[in-house]
Amino acid sequence: MAYRHTVRGFTYDFKDLKSVMAKATPLRSGDQLAGVAAQSYQERVAAQMVLADLPLQTFLTEHLIPYEQDEVTRLIVDSHDQAAFEPIRHLTVGELREFLLSEHTTTSTLQHLAAGLTPEMVAAVSKIMRVQDLITVAAKCEVVTRFRNTIGLKGRLSTRLQPNHPSDHYKGIAATVIDGLFYGNGDAVIGINPATDNVATVARLLDMLDTIRQRFDIPTQSCVLCHVTTALQVIRQGAPVDLVFQSIGGTEAVNTSFGVNLALLREAQEAALLLNRGTVGTNVMYFETGQGSALSANAHHGLDQQTCEARAYAVARAYAPLLVNTVVGFIGPEYLYDGKQIIRAGLEDHFCGKLLGLPMGIDICYTNHAEADQDDMDILLTLMGAAGTNYIMGVPGADDVMLHYQSTSFHDALYLRDLLGLRPAPEFEAWLLKMGLFDEGLKPIPSANRRLLELL
Amino acid sequence: MNDLIHPDDWQFLRQYTPARLALGRSGHSLPTRALLEFNLDHARARDAIYAHFNKEGLAQQLEDLNLPTLLLTSRVTDRHEYLLRPDLGRQLSEESKKVLEDYQASPCTLAIVIADGLSATAVNTHAVEVVKQLVAVTKEENWTLAPVCLVEQGRVAIADEIGYLLQAEMVLMLIGERPGLSSPDSLGAYLTYAPRPGLTDESRNCVSNIRPEGLNYKAAAQKLYYLLTEMKQHRLSGVGLKDEMNDDPLLTE
Repeated sequence: MAYRHTVRGFTYDFKDLKSVMAKATPLRSGDQLAGVAAQSYQERVAAQMVLADLPLQTFLTEHLIPYEQDEVTRLIVDSHDQAAFEPIRHLTVGELREFLLSEHTTTSTLQHLAAGLTPEMVAAVSKIMRVQDLITVAAKCEVVTRFRNTIGLKGRLSTRLQPNHPSDHYKGIAATVIDGLFYGNGDAVIGINPATDNVATVARLLDMLDTIRQRFDIPTQSCVLCHVTTALQVIRQGAPVDLVFQSIGGTEAVNTSFGVNLALLREAQEAALLLNRGTVGTNVMYFETGQGSALSANAHHGLDQQTCEARAYAVARAYAPLLVNTVVGFIGPEYLYDGKQIIRAGLEDHFCGKLLGLPMGIDICYTNHAEADQDDMDILLTLMGAAGTNYIMGVPGADDVMLHYQSTSFHDALYLRDLLGLRPAPEFEAWLLKMGLFDEGLKPIPSANRRLLELL
Repeated sequence: MNDLIHPDDWQFLRQYTPARLALGRSGHSLPTRALLEFNLDHARARDAIYAHFNKEGLAQQLEDLNLPTLLLTSRVTDRHEYLLRPDLGRQLSEESKKVLEDYQASPCTLAIVIADGLSATAVNTHAVEVVKQLVAVTKEENWTLAPVCLVEQGRVAIADEIGYLLQAEMVLMLIGERPGLSSPDSLGAYLTYAPRPGLTDESRNCVSNIRPEGLNYKAAAQKLYYLLTEMKQHRLSGVGLKDEMNDDPLLTE
């Protein structure tokens, strides 16, 4: 089906729906690299106007990647909840934006709507929303998940403590964990990116994290972010696996390039559930995503990178994850060129994930070849706090010495909690008070650290 | 130190990791000194991205080692385009293709390629030393070497096209890695057996973090020599080549 829009006498023809989606996307370098971006500013707005008038039902019949070709499309179509879709069945994409912004649309409305939305619908509406729209709607969402604590409650902000070390050195990792805990970080997860995906190393790192957690009775979960097949191996060996991690994308082909498929992810989820290690809940999966991964693997089927990203969230939600985060600025300037593009992409990803019912966090980050710096990260950090992100990363001094990129620091979490009155996960907050690390006003207590250090 | 800073009591933990631990705080923020030290490291990394690739100087140093050189360019015209169009950085310019065709190569064992990549600083500082040490350890092998190619605005895969045109059995690319805050000058090495255009990452082996504070020149040369001899013996490179050199860092004390 062809799509057409006339703007002041000039008619734009779009050859198909994915072309409308791509050309309606706010400018970013990855879509230009893929050759799918609008050729002019006016063409972009014309595509947005076409999109705004499009009935949402179109997405249920017109699949951007054919059903027969792609298991992610099949998952999206087969798991669509018609009853949840009913309240918005008659709306266009433009009207969906107005519905989401309406004061009558509440947290509860959005929670009931999630299963009725497809990733293509939320990607489409995000393309015609401004930053303040993305924040307003995301802030209404509340997605709560549980393992050893409760993450995502309104008014709470959790962090992933990321204690990476260039050669997986135990003491270096343990030292970083301690630094992070003293700064009140680590309630989303204590999660290591290992330098090598070696089974023995992963198992030993898991043992070490579990020992620290048990010694101080910390109400949190640990994860070594290895490949899902490695996780299955260490589970079989009896390693203490709390969460299973995997990077995922929005097409079958990109997942193939990551060495995974939907059945393998199910196998991993079931294996982790059998360990029965959660104390307050059973969300056992941790996923990372990021715009541009599909193009990078030449697996984008002509889709724009933001639509591919939203489709990755459909994969994630099939496994009731504890945590999902976009690693927004990691991929480099050929996909998101500068601070402006990274900021918008981060807010889009969080909005789309939350609307689809995912416990979204974000790795607010950049590489040194991107046109971005700490000021851009502070802007995105502050906006993500306002939008209600479930968690952010905690990296010492914002400098990841293994992955060589800049993320958010332990200090950044103090800043955001202090500025916006956000608190850690309730169980973790109680632990920080019990250990004497923080006072009732959630200020760090310096002298308490000395006492705890003597325990080490 | 003054009473505006809360120092952290656990500064002794810094000895275990290069990470920025125990920075202390002013309110919830970084003390001024830590803030500016971070900014300095970021500035050094940014400068490395835009550093001048001293190809004439490198060519002179290589000629002094009796290694002939060829100066080449990719299809990229400037740094801005380099960052946005990785595809163009992987292909030789028409003029450079012609240089290699005019060279009329005869089959050789190894072609060494040096490209600026994302850190000309790394290449300017370390590439010649690595080449020198590698040539020294391979002396006994009777390997024939193509001229060393110096490529401006190049990405890793351009070495495969160069190796192919030079009829090299193996190609070694030395390239500036994406600069990290603590390592603006890290050199990467990529090796391909039977190079030809169109190969992807799984066809290559990589040795990373070559710099005096990381993998030093001598260790890097030995590692490269090991991989090259394995590649030559097994007539392959990439995921199919098992790296069994005993050099894994100790994981425990």
